[in-house]
Amino acid sequence: MYPFSFTKAANTREALNAGRSGGRYIAGGTTLVDLMRETVERPETLVDISDLPLREVSVTERGGLRVGALVSMADAAAHPKVRALYPVISQALELSASAQLRNMATIGGNIMQRTRCTYFRDVSADCNKREPGSGCAALKGFNRTHAILGSSDDCVATHPSDAAVAFAALEASVHLLGPDGERSVTFADLLLKPGDTPNREHALRQGELITAVEIPSLPRPLKSGYLKVRDRQSYEFALTSAAVALHVRGGVIREAKVAAGGVGTVPWKLSAVEQALTGERPSDHLWAEAARHAADGARPLQHNRFKVELLTRTVERQLRTVGGTK
Amino acid sequence: MSTEVPESAVPPPAGADESSPAPSRRTFIATTTAVGGAVVAGGVIGGTSLLGQEEASAAGTVPSSRVSLTVNGARRTVTVDNRTSLLDLLREHFELTGSKKGCNAGACGACTVLVDGQRVNSCLTLAVRLEGVEVTTIEGLADGDQLHPLQQAFVDHDAFQCGYCTPGQIMSGVGCIKEGHTGSPQEIREWMSGNICRCGCYVKIVRAVEQTARGK
Repeated sequence: MYPFSFTKAANTREALNAGRSGGRYIAGGTTLVDLMRETVERPETLVDISDLPLREVSVTERGGLRVGALVSMADAAAHPKVRALYPVISQALELSASAQLRNMATIGGNIMQRTRCTYFRDVSADCNKREPGSGCAALKGFNRTHAILGSSDDCVATHPSDAAVAFAALEASVHLLGPDGERSVTFADLLLKPGDTPNREHALRQGELITAVEIPSLPRPLKSGYLKVRDRQSYEFALTSAAVALHVRGGVIREAKVAAGGVGTVPWKLSAVEQALTGERPSDHLWAEAARHAADGARPLQHNRFKVELLTRTVERQLRTVGGTK
Repeated sequence: MSTEVPESAVPPPAGADESSPAPSRRTFIATTTAVGGAVVAGGVIGGTSLLGQEEASAAGTVPSSRVSLTVNGARRTVTVDNRTSLLDLLREHFELTGSKKGCNAGACGACTVLVDGQRVNSCLTLAVRLEGVEVTTIEGLADGDQLHPLQQAFVDHDAFQCGYCTPGQIMSGVGCIKEGHTGSPQEIREWMSGNICRCGCYVKIVRAVEQTARGK
């Protein structure tokens, strides 16, 4: 680990000042400290933001839900409102990491966590994300866990978060505060596909802080849930996952929100699946038909061809779990 | 609390351990004993400073911070290299070697301790961030000679072989019981999954946690 100076921000103004002059924010630190030790991350200054007042979970005036950026994964998952209104978020969080890590890690940091690509984490390997222009060792390397959607010739690393998949499915927005004031971006616009600049991972400007994630109001009743498929049953990143939320009224699916994890360079919204579901009556046949669109546009690599079929089945299974069967 | 990087700070080679610029008291004593028992004040051998943390900080060689925290009920104030993890602080500075360094990456749970009552991975916790917190380690669990019920349960069930992961398992188990995730063996397994046991004592570990939770 390289030496760094350390400062703890007593308030938001102090944090933004430190951030503007190049300080790196640290919240839970579970990814950042790990990557600093691997010398993948080399911040000169760490700005501890854990004292900022961003720990609230509240129902918005519009009937949505606002989760503060510094709410721990454990607290967010266990919050009665999150559990009651959006089980898909609680489940995605509780299927992530370990109890210890969920006590430490925060909602903002969970979204901002960096890829688990082993070549990204190994400073001796070529990686365009870590060192632009050096190449991508994963393309021709051991790429079993890598992305099949949203990838480019420069990067095939997946975004590792589960919670972000639930947020993407529910079309959350992310509130930001920076030196130039507040703004909010849709979840789809926050995280960037690699293209030919895989080192650019998000739309945050210098010194900007995530203050909260807001889930929009969705019609009720809303059934939702998260399915995660992985090499071991617990404490492991997803090979594939599916976040599903369905609003069914009068026997017809009026709203369908679906996204996939473990397969994309960003949390992958499954718009074609949603379209195939909307306006239809729930049935086993419908789940299978809709799920056939899950891997539309997939570009599998040498070792991860299995993900195409696995993703399709994961989505079909979770549609049935949430939407029921005849 | 704020510190600056001194200009003289030289980046370490990739993979260098963050505790290397300032060796522990144990390695310090071992090293100085090896050179004839002479204390080499301010000396550097093999590129490693023999200064203690306080001296290194005063000399401006590494960016350091002063932090006060409570460990197992005792108030401690120390100046640490900013890179020091809570795990290294406990093991190398406070001589509390019960908490173990397994992976040093948050993947094995051997370093689990309680910070303000919550179980965390001490290897991923920077010590400089812990101003004012209360840390409980395996050394602080027993009440004198009276073992904590979960410690006793590990003995009763013979829930270990080599014992390396055991302090982390017990601290994690204490957290798990406190959090209330002990409704069934399945639930215990899921909520204890952050603690790896290479000897494979999981069945007995789950029984020990279950017994303690029931007796609560």
